[in-house]
Amino acid sequence: MDLSIASILILDGTTNGAIYGLLGLVIVLVFSVTRIIFIPEGEFVAYGALSLSMMQLGKVPGTIGLLLILATLAALMNGFESYQNTKSPGSGGLAFLKTLWPSLLVSALTCLLVPQHPPLWLQALLCVCIVTCFGPLVYRVAFQSLEDASSLVLLIVAVAVHFAMTGLGLLFFGAEGYHNPPFWADAFEWQSLRFSGQTLLIFALSFFLIVALWLFFEKTLRGKALRATAVNRTGVRLVGISSRQSGNLCFTLAAMICAISGLLIGPTTTIFYDSGFLIGLKGFVAAIIAGLYSYPGAMLSAIMVGIIESFGSFWASSFKEVIVFTLILPVLLWRSILGGSHEES
Amino acid sequence: MKSLEARMLKKHLGMWLFAGVVLMALLPLPDFWIYQGNYIGIYAITCLGLVLLTGVLGLTSFGQAAFVGVGAYSSAYITLNLGLSPWMSLIIGLALTLISALVIGLITLRMSGHYLPLATIAWGLSLYYLMGNIQALGKYDGLHDIQSLSLAGMDLGQGRWFFVFLWCSLILLIQACSNFLDSRLGRAVRAIKSGTQMPEAMGINTFHCKVMIFCFAALLASFAGWLLAHFQHTVAPSDFGLKMGIQYLFMSVLGGVGYLWGAVIGAGIYKLLDDQLQVLLPLLIGTSGSYEVIVFGIAMVLILKYLPHGIASLMGQVHTTGHHPALWHDAKALPAKVHPHTGETVLMLEKISKTFGGLVAVNGVSFSIKAGEIKGLIGPNGAGKSTTFNLITGLLRVTSGAVSFRGQRIEHLSLREIAHLGVSRTFQHVKMIPEMSVLENIAIGAHRRASAGVLAAVLGRDKEEEMSIYRLAHEQLLRVGLGEYMNEPAGNLPMGPQRLMEIARALCSDPSLLLLDEPAAGLRFQEKNELARVILNLKQEGLSVLLVEHDMDLVMKICDTLVVMEFGNVLVEGTPQEIQNNAQVRAAYLGEEH
Repeated sequence: MDLSIASILILDGTTNGAIYGLLGLVIVLVFSVTRIIFIPEGEFVAYGALSLSMMQLGKVPGTIGLLLILATLAALMNGFESYQNTKSPGSGGLAFLKTLWPSLLVSALTCLLVPQHPPLWLQALLCVCIVTCFGPLVYRVAFQSLEDASSLVLLIVAVAVHFAMTGLGLLFFGAEGYHNPPFWADAFEWQSLRFSGQTLLIFALSFFLIVALWLFFEKTLRGKALRATAVNRTGVRLVGISSRQSGNLCFTLAAMICAISGLLIGPTTTIFYDSGFLIGLKGFVAAIIAGLYSYPGAMLSAIMVGIIESFGSFWASSFKEVIVFTLILPVLLWRSILGGSHEES
Repeated sequence: MKSLEARMLKKHLGMWLFAGVVLMALLPLPDFWIYQGNYIGIYAITCLGLVLLTGVLGLTSFGQAAFVGVGAYSSAYITLNLGLSPWMSLIIGLALTLISALVIGLITLRMSGHYLPLATIAWGLSLYYLMGNIQALGKYDGLHDIQSLSLAGMDLGQGRWFFVFLWCSLILLIQACSNFLDSRLGRAVRAIKSGTQMPEAMGINTFHCKVMIFCFAALLASFAGWLLAHFQHTVAPSDFGLKMGIQYLFMSVLGGVGYLWGAVIGAGIYKLLDDQLQVLLPLLIGTSGSYEVIVFGIAMVLILKYLPHGIASLMGQVHTTGHHPALWHDAKALPAKVHPHTGETVLMLEKISKTFGGLVAVNGVSFSIKAGEIKGLIGPNGAGKSTTFNLITGLLRVTSGAVSFRGQRIEHLSLREIAHLGVSRTFQHVKMIPEMSVLENIAIGAHRRASAGVLAAVLGRDKEEEMSIYRLAHEQLLRVGLGEYMNEPAGNLPMGPQRLMEIARALCSDPSLLLLDEPAAGLRFQEKNELARVILNLKQEGLSVLLVEHDMDLVMKICDTLVVMEFGNVLVEGTPQEIQNNAQVRAAYLGEEH
């Protein structure tokens, strides 16, 4: 190996690492606010990438069907709950519509626009909207009533949701893999390195999202409410912040970031209906290295994971997954020695 | 004597089950059923481990399939390449499993709950890719032509003989687990689920218990893998991947993680459902593929929401074995400690301080307790009483100063070691295992006075010692006047008896010093009187008591001396009479007069 290969590997690893970093951020975000370990994030990534592939083929993606079913279910649950609380059919109907309209709108737009072969950026935007709609719906249908369950139950439910979403992905997208076209096909040479437009886009968007998240958490009231929910759930309820709304918002954000990650990673590799899981898990390894609480830590360790993976695939390509996932053991050992003492109150 | 009959019934149940298994094999059932039954039995053995891990300990693992893989692959490789018998390879496979489980357990179990499941996900994935990429293990094709098991020269094959062998093993294993849960270590393990503080305060090494159960679950999985390899005659990575690991957990949750038989029920329903779905769904959808995960995923969410204790919970409350004093009337007494003579100094605090960052919670507190003395620690909220209490019991470490118990420095010891020396405590918020009977809850306190290990427990060879433990627990039960509640689930008790039960549990460890943390909080008048009577009786028996309490009537009535704390300092120490007349104390409680 010479320096040029090493630098290519590092560039490659950093590019993937940036995406794992985004997914690591999502894990930290969802865990700290809701105590849910967001195992199904990979499916959101795959849904994002594959919905775009479908649109490229001029088809309305099958995710729309699922979206409408889930939205109706969530809307019925919300409507019924609201009716039970107020005994007024009007408020029940209102809650029903309130939950339903975003998904209806996005579905209608998709069905209208996709057959016209809109430009790539519009397709991408639609994909982000579709997948973002899934976030709060999945939270409503699977998790909301388990708000006070133990983290163990939440973890098992998360795994169950991952299972169901993978199977549904197979149903909608089939077993074939797809390779999306790049958003920016140009390439730039610098020394021996070749930066593709897609790579630059990945860096730029990751950076933008991180800054945006930081601003959101530091500067806005909603963001501060989410942080407060992460610190003390009972406390925030007492000061009038709804932990349900926090959960909803958090899943919306998470789904959006996952969708964007899916779009970013789509052109760099072939995506299958179940590829998202492994991609998400690498974000996960990064989040664990960062101890499930630090955002910058998750980003840095994600880039490290990306680089280790790219060197791993250069030296022992069939063992690259083994290397990445075994990495977690020494990390956990190190965390355990550092003082993993814990106690319930 | 109803409970004795129940025990006899339980003993005969095993015989009936064995007879049932043999009958099943003899009946002219279609071979396909027997074949399915074999799969169900193999899955159930793995799920049994998960029941212990998830239902009993409150931890979980998605990597059980990987342990099944270790057992299956090592036996397959060894019998194919080294020519050893499957019985030899079983031992080697179990050893390899034990090593990997120990590594994972020792690394992750010190940390909070999520790290174990997360580490097992990584472990499951790594092992899957490892098995799929190693040439010697046949890569993704796996290994083939593995021999059948043979027992005493007879080939067990894949049919009825294998069925009998497998299901008898399963019944024995369930019996072993049931024995274990009903033993000293079993009670310790069951106590951990609702938190480690109470079991540690009873001298139980909770970390060891967790590692032990995790390893045991892994060994069960490995044994199942060994059976699977010699049953299928072939092994391939797809049987041992993360997906299968998740499905094992689903089976256990479906069946009910709180019940040993839930493992069998869950595995059975899963296997039958899986077969149906694999035929039905492709017909429905039009193409083939593993669509059954959709159904399993959705079913799991519904089960956890609406039937969190699984299908086994529908079959009604399991009969918990009742206990009867007749069982232990001639049991030997457990060894007792030598207690200090009346008047000897039991506990001595010398200028202990504790700071949290810049906050000084306890500032140079000194006092001592003599044998047979009841000392009350009082003061306004935030005075540092609970912190002092926690410093004595080892829950917190002192920043400076010394704590001595019977002349031995203890400030550097852990909660568990201090408990073992003879300092026992109760908790401000009662910590108990609500579904265990009052007697069993009390018996947890005797943990360090008995010694039966896992093997004795599993084989049911610990009965003599068990009876001694129950005899002791029963004596403490009578000592605090809870005789009528013996077999009642602890969760059904009112607050007063719950607090007395905690005292009985603490007494079970044969302490020289008893620490009571707000024992009268939430009690009614009658219950308080009962509590006062019990504490005064203990003093009569030579025990020293330190209590933190807000109820002044009680404190003034029973304490020999009082220590009043304010803002982390000792304000004054004296008899109840002196304290009542002290101007400083009045000021601290009621404010200055102007």
